[in-house]
Amino acid sequence: MAGRPPPPVFLASASYRQRRLRDAARLLPVVGMVLFLVPLLWPDATGLSIPLVDAEPVRNSNAMIYLFLVWIGLVAAAALLSVFLRSDPETPPGGEDRP
Amino acid sequence: MLSFNLLIVVALGYVAFLFAIAFAAERQAANGSKAWLRSPLVYTLSLSIYCTAWTFYGAVGYAARSGLEYLTIYLGPTVVVIGWWWVVRKLVRIGRAQRITSIADLISSRFGKSTALGVLVTIIAVAAATPYLALQLQSVTLSFAVFASAPGHDWGASELNGAALWVAAGLAIFTIIFGTRNLDANERHYGVVMAIAFEAVVKLFALLAVGVFVVWGVAGGPGDMVKMIDASPIALWDQNGARWAGLTFLSGAALLCLPRMFQVLVVENADESHLATASWAFPLYLLAMSLFVVPIAVAGLALLPPGSNPDLFVLTVPLSQGQGGLAILSFLGGFSSATSMVIVATIALSTMVSNHIVVPLWLQSRSQGAMMSGDVRAVVLLARRLSIVGVLGLGYLYYRVSGGGAALAAIGLISFTGVVQILPAMLGGIFWRGATRWGAAAGLITGTAIWVWSLFLPSFGPDVVIPAQVLAHGPWGLGWLRPQALFGISGLDPVVHAVLWSMLLNATAFMMGSIVTFPTPLERLQGAQIVNVFEHSPGARAWAQSAAEAEDLLIMAQRILGPAEAQAIFQREALEQGKAGYLPDVTPGFVDLLERELAGSVGAATAHAMIGQLIEGASVSVEDLIRVADEAAQIMEYSSRLEAKSAEQERTARALREANAKLTALSVQKDAFLSQISHELRTPMTSIRSFSEILRDGDMTPSVQAKYAGIIHDEALRLTRLLDDLLDLSVLENGQVTLNRQTGQLRELLDRAQGAAGLRAGGLTIRRRKGDETLVLTTDLDRLTQVFINLIANAQKYCDAPRPELRIVVGRARGEVVVDFIDNGEGIGSEHQQVIFEKFSRLTDHGKAGGAGLGLAICREIMARLGGSIAYLPGQGGAAFRVSLPAAAAMAAE
Repeated sequence: MAGRPPPPVFLASASYRQRRLRDAARLLPVVGMVLFLVPLLWPDATGLSIPLVDAEPVRNSNAMIYLFLVWIGLVAAAALLSVFLRSDPETPPGGEDRP
Repeated sequence: MLSFNLLIVVALGYVAFLFAIAFAAERQAANGSKAWLRSPLVYTLSLSIYCTAWTFYGAVGYAARSGLEYLTIYLGPTVVVIGWWWVVRKLVRIGRAQRITSIADLISSRFGKSTALGVLVTIIAVAAATPYLALQLQSVTLSFAVFASAPGHDWGASELNGAALWVAAGLAIFTIIFGTRNLDANERHYGVVMAIAFEAVVKLFALLAVGVFVVWGVAGGPGDMVKMIDASPIALWDQNGARWAGLTFLSGAALLCLPRMFQVLVVENADESHLATASWAFPLYLLAMSLFVVPIAVAGLALLPPGSNPDLFVLTVPLSQGQGGLAILSFLGGFSSATSMVIVATIALSTMVSNHIVVPLWLQSRSQGAMMSGDVRAVVLLARRLSIVGVLGLGYLYYRVSGGGAALAAIGLISFTGVVQILPAMLGGIFWRGATRWGAAAGLITGTAIWVWSLFLPSFGPDVVIPAQVLAHGPWGLGWLRPQALFGISGLDPVVHAVLWSMLLNATAFMMGSIVTFPTPLERLQGAQIVNVFEHSPGARAWAQSAAEAEDLLIMAQRILGPAEAQAIFQREALEQGKAGYLPDVTPGFVDLLERELAGSVGAATAHAMIGQLIEGASVSVEDLIRVADEAAQIMEYSSRLEAKSAEQERTARALREANAKLTALSVQKDAFLSQISHELRTPMTSIRSFSEILRDGDMTPSVQAKYAGIIHDEALRLTRLLDDLLDLSVLENGQVTLNRQTGQLRELLDRAQGAAGLRAGGLTIRRRKGDETLVLTTDLDRLTQVFINLIANAQKYCDAPRPELRIVVGRARGEVVVDFIDNGEGIGSEHQQVIFEKFSRLTDHGKAGGAGLGLAICREIMARLGGSIAYLPGQGGAAFRVSLPAAAAMAAE
């Protein structure tokens, strides 16, 4: 088993980039969740939402287009991240400062 | 119109094709080429068992009833999989590090390998999966019925039930054949995974084909389709916010908790890097599966007469347009969705039932424990097969009892809500070291109770299980206990209501329980190991010092893993410790490794219990706990130089200790031998001298004279034999011997040895399988026969069974020919196994043996000269010796 010195405070730029990519990977589902919940703010046909004065209910065809576009966007972002982001099975989180 | 018979032929042909694929994949895996069987693509496709018949048929029905709400079922998993860096990655890593076999195994393993928690999770999973399995049977049956009704006669209840029974039986057979073929230490099923990956393609292709047909064939293009949607009854956005958010959460959580998803996501995962691909490819698959749902629903609502079942639009829309081929494709898609889900769910559940319920019960029922319990492997496999039949039987029973009434989506949601009760214990377990098993049990029980009371039982309808009176006013008039309005909060959607309360109270009970109780040492160790899986995969040890004998462990391991595999593990470990033979020192590290190997076959709790029986409770010491608690100490411990150095020193020290012990034993024995050899020489000399004196004095009858001369002769022979042995050994040891190579059949050698060993009638019985002995050997046959004679003669002398028996087993192992001589006596204790091959070593007093303890030493020297070896084989139930010859010396007889 490889030993580990205490994680250094400053990292080389490559590993710095890698860490920020991981942050992005952690952030992506949060962004997705928020975007998927946006439709709840729309005026709807149930009459239970915020009673805007002359709000037309949103049509489902438009809602579909919005949701599928968000979905495609998430897939594309995840695909992009997965190219650069590899979970090295032998590298613990503290060990990513290796060259 | 299509003939129903054609459909049956197509379905059977498809099933035969699936068998062929699974079989081919197993063959390929057996041949060692697993590369493309385990590609990221196959992994992603296997995840698609999330899309069951509920997706294939039910989503369209769902959309026709409630608009876009069906999307929540796919948005939740999308978010979870895209966020794989948070949870899924950790689960997969834990699954590999701890050899997790199922979700019940994960929970039980995290909370101190608790058997009770494993049972609890198994029961929840089976209860939640049963309606879901019934749903799959129902959807396949209904789709058959659609085609059967087309030629003009409708299916009655009996025909539907018959079809469901046939489907269930066929699925059970497939699952038993490919799901329980082997008891793999990793619990992976190549054939099954390949088959479901293929089915994933079929169902996606079928649904896309129907969708494309509807958009371009029925509506006339995307623009017209949008107009058609705007004109339909589901044109306007009317989602209830609580349901939208609640169902998204529910489906995301279910992705992690469903036993079948856990099976493909974690257990069948071959490489962690596949997750990176699946993180975008699986959401894409889900997107493609749900893309055409609304168009199909809208087309169905517009084209079919009011009152048609919207759950079957995927089939009935193409049929109503005269597209028979498309309808058959669509039928196959639905069939694929149902069968792949049932197969994987059944494998996952049967593993849980057998590992956490059947095997522990069976072990407990045998008072002798793991040591003497016969072949555990056969029992585990049988338990698994019976569980498969049992689980599918339950599904069929539910189908019969429920009458297959409720809409597909409703059943699916009930099932999801049940299974996500595992979520707090699971997430808490992998992220929070403070979680205890009492907390987990409290959360699981609370959540499940609320699920049963507020959703599961009411789902049968008023007055079936819960009287309408109780539904409306609560039990005993307690209004705050009304199943669908707990704590007096009414007006919530039933599913949201159940999810909200069960999750809230489940998580609260889990956390409160964990905070007020104290974990056992083993729980703390497992907790640290699982929560910090990325920091120290090697892990803290659950076993400190051990009282177990390596031989006992080997006997047990052989019964679970099979003799060859168990012996290989033991030999490897012994080699690593710098020892020869099959018995390594029982270090904590080795016990830990062995336990994980066993856990891969029978689950963590059972493996732990079995090892625990042998170790006798000498598990965690205070030092171990301090080590876990003290992070600084851990960093010290993993400092590589120190560790490597100390391991090296330890190895050297062990080798030295061993050499020293051997030397001491030998020196003692040499002293004993010297006194004994003088005794051996003196006894015959004394009798020769005294009898020759008597003869010299004369004055006796000829018969007495002859008798005395005979005695003198016998004693002289004994002396000669002793001196011959000594001479033989010294010649062999000095390498002065010349080998006389000949060619002959092993069977003849053994025959000769058996004849020459001088077996007495009524003494040793020899059992051989002459069919295996047709090998032709080219070596010094006389010397080899000498070894065999010696081993047979030893068995005759030392085997102390009332009916002594010697088995001679011929086989091949790792490119060598091996001949095992196994008797049914008491065997040789491990403290003696070290020295039996040394010269002058004798275990019993010499009076009985009549030799000088040189036989085995001579055998060892002979075998070394012949390029082979002889070793003591522990754990065979008696004394056992293995003679190995290089394969070059042998060729099979034609």
